[in-house]
Amino acid sequence: MNSSADIPVAATGENFMLDGVAVDFIPGETILSAARRQGRYIPHLCWHPDFDPQGSCRLCVVEVNGRSGSACTLRASAGAVVESDTDELNDQRRTLLQMLFVEGNHFCPACEKSGNCLLQATAYEMNMQDVRFEEFYPQRPVDASHPDILLDFNRCILCELCVRASHDVDHKDLFAIAGYGIGTHLVINSESGQLGDTNMALSDRAADICPVGAILPKRRGFVTPIGQRRYDLHRVSDPNTQEAS
Amino acid sequence: MMPNLVVDAQHLPAKLRVATVSLAGCFGCHTSFLDIDERLLALVEHIEFDRSPLTDIKTIGFCDIGLIEGGVCNSENVDVLRTFRAHCKTLVATGACAINGGLPAERNHFDLGSLLNDVYRQRTGLSVSSSIPNDPELPLLLQRVHPIHEVVNVDYFLPGCPPSADAFWCFLNDLMAGRTPHLGHALMHYD
Repeated sequence: MNSSADIPVAATGENFMLDGVAVDFIPGETILSAARRQGRYIPHLCWHPDFDPQGSCRLCVVEVNGRSGSACTLRASAGAVVESDTDELNDQRRTLLQMLFVEGNHFCPACEKSGNCLLQATAYEMNMQDVRFEEFYPQRPVDASHPDILLDFNRCILCELCVRASHDVDHKDLFAIAGYGIGTHLVINSESGQLGDTNMALSDRAADICPVGAILPKRRGFVTPIGQRRYDLHRVSDPNTQEAS
Repeated sequence: MMPNLVVDAQHLPAKLRVATVSLAGCFGCHTSFLDIDERLLALVEHIEFDRSPLTDIKTIGFCDIGLIEGGVCNSENVDVLRTFRAHCKTLVATGACAINGGLPAERNHFDLGSLLNDVYRQRTGLSVSSSIPNDPELPLLLQRVHPIHEVVNVDYFLPGCPPSADAFWCFLNDLMAGRTPHLGHALMHYD
């Protein structure tokens, strides 16, 4: 469950260079977790410190010794030269964000996660002023069958954090990803496919892990005044800002 | 004696011509633009409004800047948008609706016929003879709401629902000074 659990705790004093600055790492640690542990931001959406890496969002792709790879899955190695904050990589990240935005219905003005959303905050960080691509406008029905939890599948970015949380922490396996290509989508493991027919609880880790507005607690929207939401207070690159969940 | 320094009006630097319009908008972006308050007085020293909901000009002339609020939801929107594109050197998608369709695009979940039917025929309180308006004077709705960049080329995007007054101010100042508009992190928001 916790990817740091099987890693020796003592640092060896070895380091790699991230954008010209030395970053210490623990043997076996990935580039992203070593950087994050030391307050160095590498953009990411599907990575979370409590879970094994996933590698689907591609936001954390960096150049390591001249070759590109995702910082969340690449292990740190002594003396590696890692480039992350370059114009080329940030342009690429902005394009990936634009792809995620047009793929779903990200109407932030009415989303209860606005201001607390990792996708939105990362788009601000990457200076995304537009979406450029043609909108998909997916039409997946919301699942409001659960008494305490609402699912809007049109906002899901397929990070699989809920899948991992439900499997690793809650031991319920309530979520899965099904389908192929652009039809790939989040499904609920119940006979009816409805969340209301599962034993999901609001206290489950899977209920508050979603980094966007796809899994929301009912009757708790818009509680935080504008100006005091997570990413109103600190930008996502701020070393003190924790992951959205 | 000091020489007379009065400059003939035709030798003054030309004011930029600005046109604005609301397509499938709520006029909130225009309201937020007016929220620049007394800075509007400084602004009109440098710009002149062409067709806009704030002026009485019915047809757009050639302009430097066109600010478009709202997405595209009916045939008239398409016409107006194309006319703006043809007349403006720089076209700006202003606000969430113009950029990605915005909240009106939530209607893309539904069949247009049933929406019209629900509102004009099935709604409680309507008289029995109520029908879907069909006068040719009225523009037909499009099957779906679209962002404006799906219809014409767009030069710049000013995000927000609405963009803040400071975002408008910063953006227009950049444009007027000939700089590429850059909002910066503090003025960037989508909500």
